[in-house]
Amino acid sequence: MSTIPGLERPAPVPNELTKPFWDACNERRLVLQNCTACARLHYPPAPRCSQCGSPDNFEWKEVEGKGHIDVFMVIRDSRIRGFRSAQPINFAVITLDEDPGINFLSNLPGTPPGEVPMGAPVELIFEETSTGQLVHEWQVVS
Amino acid sequence: MVSDTSWMRNREGMGLWEHRGKVAVVGWGQSHMDRRWDGVTMDRSCGGLTKEACLKAIADAGLSLDDIDGLITSRETRAEQTWAPRPYFDPPYDTEDGLTYASADWIQRELGLKNVKYLKSDAPYIGPMMGLAAQAVGDGLCQTALVWYPMVNLEGRYGHNNPQNLNQEAPGATAFSLPWGYQNGAMFNNLVVFLQYCKKYGKSHDGLAPLCLNLRRNGLMTDWGYYSLHEPYQLTREDYLNGRVIEEPLVIYDCDRPVNTCAAFIFTTAERARDLRQKPVYVLNHAQNNGRGRSTMATLEEHQEAVASLARKMWEGSGLGASDVDIFNPYDGYLTFTQQFLEGFQWHGVKWGEAHDFYADDTRVEGPHPFLSSGGNNGTGRNRAVLFSDSIQQLRGTAGPRQVTVKADTALAGCNTPDSCGFMMFSKHPS
Ligand SMILES: [Zn+2]
Repeated sequence: MSTIPGLERPAPVPNELTKPFWDACNERRLVLQNCTACARLHYPPAPRCSQCGSPDNFEWKEVEGKGHIDVFMVIRDSRIRGFRSAQPINFAVITLDEDPGINFLSNLPGTPPGEVPMGAPVELIFEETSTGQLVHEWQVVS
Repeated sequence: MVSDTSWMRNREGMGLWEHRGKVAVVGWGQSHMDRRWDGVTMDRSCGGLTKEACLKAIADAGLSLDDIDGLITSRETRAEQTWAPRPYFDPPYDTEDGLTYASADWIQRELGLKNVKYLKSDAPYIGPMMGLAAQAVGDGLCQTALVWYPMVNLEGRYGHNNPQNLNQEAPGATAFSLPWGYQNGAMFNNLVVFLQYCKKYGKSHDGLAPLCLNLRRNGLMTDWGYYSLHEPYQLTREDYLNGRVIEEPLVIYDCDRPVNTCAAFIFTTAERARDLRQKPVYVLNHAQNNGRGRSTMATLEEHQEAVASLARKMWEGSGLGASDVDIFNPYDGYLTFTQQFLEGFQWHGVKWGEAHDFYADDTRVEGPHPFLSSGGNNGTGRNRAVLFSDSIQQLRGTAGPRQVTVKADTALAGCNTPDSCGFMMFSKHPS
């Protein structure tokens, strides 16, 4: 379960395209598609490279779990059931240090709602969802 | 759901629109508007309101039912739920068709239209649908098209009955957004982009207050609008700043209110338009954006580039430039993304980062910068069609208390968001 009180995250359902990603999460690794022809990372997983258009040059590349907080808001009135029981809750956009064009969502476990240090460095963690599937999360580097 | 995008003008380098000035809007009809359907009054159901809007549009044009040979509508009514499992009614309200959308076949049947040769029920939402309609008439798929856009709001808190929001699982692409509380629709990503905008240009949320107040003011000059009908009072700056927080810093007044209504328009050829009841409002171009960002959240830079590209497409296809646009009605639901359109099209010379200063200036309809003279969707309820109907009324000179005092020969209108939208350029003159 999440370390954020009351939070019940909807559990990701892997499909053919995304299974390697979610399997890696369960091994506590963050892997992104990399087009070896373009040296371009893709996230979320895509059927083909957004640069060269080819699906043939993708490899799953493990990235270092380091990022920064770009911007954040505080969810106070969610429509999503599993979040209504946890609000107010942070909702932040994290850029990946290895490629700031790649961004992730985060609820910043461990950071009180609204007390988000803008621009602060964050590191990768994993949290469990209802099915046992792990999801990637980010926490502020102390 | 949208089958075909080949008709779109969504690329740069397509040149002047081949039907520029050869298609015109000659009729408009707006139904009654409620916050929600009561589940009882069939005249106020989606189908009932659609019939009302369609008949008004045909009458406005001075046409008869037999003149209509094209029917175009969208399934994107934003009902966010089905009527089922609640029990259906007697025909013609015995399926979702008529209750949560109103298809071309349904309207053809209900209005007894005999001469229809082109039916399209799977057009996208109204922004691109208006372009589709103009293109269909220009291409000769039909001569006189009836085009309608219902917005549906049923019982219950809006969005809270959407099955996706109740689901414990996140399938497909939602697996990368829903587990962190991301909600579908225009709110979240556009709030992210707004926050990036504030960070980049040193702006803050309260810079939207004058926009909100002026939209409500314009909306109160629109007699069929939600606020004129149901909550006829002006907001104050304090109301806005103390508005109920949805996703901090976004407040309730940044959101256009879901309503139950329908608008309809009549498109025909410029030739046919010549001897009809209304002064024709010619279409000079239509253009669409349907891209998406590189990663989970599209960024400010991506949205700015998207709107800049949209503007280039619009200028290229219409032969006009930024200084030629008299009336400007870009989407305002949510208020957080409207500045991208204002700055991207550089209306009245507004450059990147300057929108909040512009909002703080005189944007009243009587003044020199009558931005969103429609009152937008914040001022009239989320019907989206008001962006187009006000543009048409301003060019006809029939906008009543909202009629601008500056020149109103051309108008630019469209929705929805910077990366996904359809815009249309209207003119009093065919060239
Ligand atoms: Zn590539």
